[in-house]
Amino acid sequence: MSALLTVEDLRVRFPTRTGVVEAVRGVSFTLGRERLGIVGESGSGKSQTGRAIMGLTPPHADASAKQLAFDGIDLISAPPKLRRDLRGKRIAMILQDPKYSLNPVMSIGRQIVETLRRHERVSRAEARERALDMLAAVQIRDPARVFDLYPHEVSGGMGQRAMIAMMLVAGPELLIADEPTSALDVTVQLEVLSILDKLVAERGMGLIFVSHDLRLVSSFCDRVLVMYAGRIVEEIAASELANARHPYTQGLLNCMPVIGADRHPLPVLDRKPEWAL
Amino acid sequence: MSLATETRPMTRREWLLSDRPQSRLQARLGRAYMTWRRFSANRLAVLGLLILLGLVFVAAFADLLAPHSPVIGNLASARLLPPGSEGYLLGADDQGRDILSRLIHGSRLTLAVVVLVAIIAAPVGLIVGAVAGYAGGWIDAILMRITDIFLAFPKLVLALAFVAALGPGIENAVIAIAITSWPPYARIARAETLTVRNSDYIAAVRLMGASPARIVFRHVIPMCMSSLIVRVTLDMAGIILTAAGLGFLGLGAQPPLPEWGAMIASGRRFILDQWWVATMPGIAILIVSLGFNLLGDGLRDAFDPRESGQ
Amino acid sequence: MNGRRRARSRKAVAAALQFLVVVATTYLGLLAVTFFIGRVIPIDPVLAVLGDRAPAHVVERTREAMGLNLPLYQQFVIYCRQALSGDFGISVLTTNPVMTDIRRVFPATMELATVGTLIGALIGVPLGVLAAVKRGSIADQIVRVIGLVGYSVPIFWLALLALLVFYARLKWVAYPGRIDIVYEYTFSPITGFYLVDALWQRQWDVLRDVFRHIILPASLLGYFSLAYISRMTRSFMLNELQQEYIVAARAKGLSEARIIWAHALRNAAVPLVTVIALSYAGLLEGSVLTETVFSWPGLGLYITNSLQNADMNAVLGGTIIIGSVFIGINLLSDLLYRTLDPRTRAR
Ligand SMILES: Nc1ncnc2c1ncn2[C@@H]1O[C@H](COP(=O)(O)OP(=O)(O)OP(=O)(O)O)[C@@H](O)[C@H]1O
Ligand SMILES: [Mg+2]
Repeated sequence: MSALLTVEDLRVRFPTRTGVVEAVRGVSFTLGRERLGIVGESGSGKSQTGRAIMGLTPPHADASAKQLAFDGIDLISAPPKLRRDLRGKRIAMILQDPKYSLNPVMSIGRQIVETLRRHERVSRAEARERALDMLAAVQIRDPARVFDLYPHEVSGGMGQRAMIAMMLVAGPELLIADEPTSALDVTVQLEVLSILDKLVAERGMGLIFVSHDLRLVSSFCDRVLVMYAGRIVEEIAASELANARHPYTQGLLNCMPVIGADRHPLPVLDRKPEWAL
Repeated sequence: MSLATETRPMTRREWLLSDRPQSRLQARLGRAYMTWRRFSANRLAVLGLLILLGLVFVAAFADLLAPHSPVIGNLASARLLPPGSEGYLLGADDQGRDILSRLIHGSRLTLAVVVLVAIIAAPVGLIVGAVAGYAGGWIDAILMRITDIFLAFPKLVLALAFVAALGPGIENAVIAIAITSWPPYARIARAETLTVRNSDYIAAVRLMGASPARIVFRHVIPMCMSSLIVRVTLDMAGIILTAAGLGFLGLGAQPPLPEWGAMIASGRRFILDQWWVATMPGIAILIVSLGFNLLGDGLRDAFDPRESGQ
Repeated sequence: MNGRRRARSRKAVAAALQFLVVVATTYLGLLAVTFFIGRVIPIDPVLAVLGDRAPAHVVERTREAMGLNLPLYQQFVIYCRQALSGDFGISVLTTNPVMTDIRRVFPATMELATVGTLIGALIGVPLGVLAAVKRGSIADQIVRVIGLVGYSVPIFWLALLALLVFYARLKWVAYPGRIDIVYEYTFSPITGFYLVDALWQRQWDVLRDVFRHIILPASLLGYFSLAYISRMTRSFMLNELQQEYIVAARAKGLSEARIIWAHALRNAAVPLVTVIALSYAGLLEGSVLTETVFSWPGLGLYITNSLQNADMNAVLGGTIIIGSVFIGINLLSDLLYRTLDPRTRAR
């Protein structure tokens, strides 16, 4: 399996008033055309890992790596122009909350068309056609109507589907989904996930699925990275999760309720400082 | 208190920064200290503060600092002397009066105007806003409608009209400016009141049987103070400019008072040949209102770090 | 579906009604305040209008004509009726009806304020954007200082210095007034906006002359609106640039230029419209002092001349007109806000 993405010793540092915060501290992994889950508690550096791969680390922060390569392209030495061309075209990212991640004063259709016309020379009419097709592909029943709606006029689930359409319309090979369903109602979460699942399978994309929901990740992905304090503490096949060795992973597993089991006392994640070393 | 002193004597700084203050005073001082540290880290804001301290100093000791009389000139030998002349650092005006001395004495008028406007307009706005916000309902609706009406007016033109009716003079200028400056304070006070009105601690005070008046004066109004102080400081520059504008139009302070705006007006006739007569008072106005603006900006950033531009 | 549409249109009607109430009460308040200034504060309003050298029979006649022997509330009703029909009485100074005078001078002020706002917005918005994008840089500091000085400098003083430098010393601009006396009789304006009229009639030498007259006062007013607009643009842009949709736009691969101008600024434009409208209103007011310095024959000069001659009818008429324009501009900016922001747009 040729690697789609190679990450070696990725570090992200934020200078702050009280000193430098290392949000990501030496993350390494490779990814083929498969589904990789990243789990970990809040603040463990999952989003910053994803953003560093996209090249979207905030300007005041500093991202470095021994190696960061996408399909044979060295991303570290790549000029900004090339990275911009890759973004949206070959590597895409879905953000958490459609309420904030769609431009509120631009219609949904225009935002999808914008991605397409940024990366491909297509006529206005053709771009509209493809955007409508894309909206249909994320199972929006009335694409022509939704095309002209503004983000505040659609529900959260519909907004997230529009977001997926916007990011997938140019046909990327790698998708980074940063908690794509955690801002949604439980009832629509599954719907959106199954749409995502289907598209990833159909198009043979690589997927990095960021979440703090271990069960969701294990059912959705092939492989799971467990992050703690900016490091990967365990890498494990999703099917093997029950046999996890690292105490942090076991702790996360223990936090998941099992129907019928006695839940007293409620388990509390027990953190040991040496895991962060 | 005793516990802390027993274990280890605290430095004054630690006492101020303690996250477990033992008394209300300590908490208050601690907060003031934090604000001061944020404020003093901003060099421009400190510059603004220094300018204003300088203004107060000059105004207080005008009699000692001024080398000449501000109203009686030396027509015979000093008329329209250029800056840098012997004994007339900034030059002299058409009546042979030392411009520097007039500026020094004029600082009193400037200071008096801003202080008077602030102590008239700020309390009015504060009370209107706090009452409207706390009472709610139709009282709120009516008070805010009145406030909005005043906000929709052109301030300077309205002040002009007031002075026209009241007659020119510095007292009337102060009244006119005050009448037109209170509405923004009412807006701010109302917004702040609305946020504290429903807070738990106000509910607790109410449960303890405090009267509405007591709640408004003892608990709501103090919460509005910091945003109000910032806004008043920022408005001071505008007040100075308006007062100077009225003076320039001959509606503010009357001659021979050394009011800076009126000095510009009288220097206007000589602008082509004796530029300094009109220029010097303008620089004084610019420096002082810049001082207020810098201070106001710094205070805003210190009181509310979230809003900070930097 | 039908019910929902009806509910929505009922809501729109309610909003429009509320809007009307706001405008009406604001206008009523304006009239009440000017009534108070003109009729209640002066010890004898007749003398305030006529001056104290008027013969006794004229005073008596005017007293009756003004309805001063009626109770105050009736006077107010009459006052409102007259003001609403554009009757502000006779100007003592010019002996014309105040409304006639205002109609003559008003376009001059509008033209000055419009050109000033254009200068302020066309320079101020890009400066604010630059300061926000390059936050903390030298450019940001410079924009900040430009703004601070603009907030702190007395406009009439800066105007005097500008005249001294650009008119007296450098001779780059023309002064006084709007147009050279040579063209006063050969040029017949239609709209009252001399720049537009000269352009329309293809009178190039007139256009040049008008431009040389307007450029200095308009630039000064423009500087003041620039100070305000650039500062507000900076803070709105900073707010927009940290939103999540900006990250999404970057993730789409858009260029920084497109992100800044087409996404962030487009969102910042919603509150910016209000700011620009307010600064336009502010310039109308600032014209009182500027016009005095430049002898610009507009409403501001008219008001100050009337003030100096204790011509109360003219002063109050001018105040009401400027107040009405303020109300109108507020209204307009509200409407613009609604059309720019799809979240408040009535569909
Ligand atoms: N702008 C910033 N300035 C300073 N530190 C930051 C900044 N953004 C992120 N960090 C640091 O990076 C760490 C990791 O952040 P990240 O957003 O990657 O966490 P996460 O794993 O995605 O958490 P969550 O589940 O809450 O989204 C945080 O703990 C924080 O300390
Ligand atoms: Mg995250």
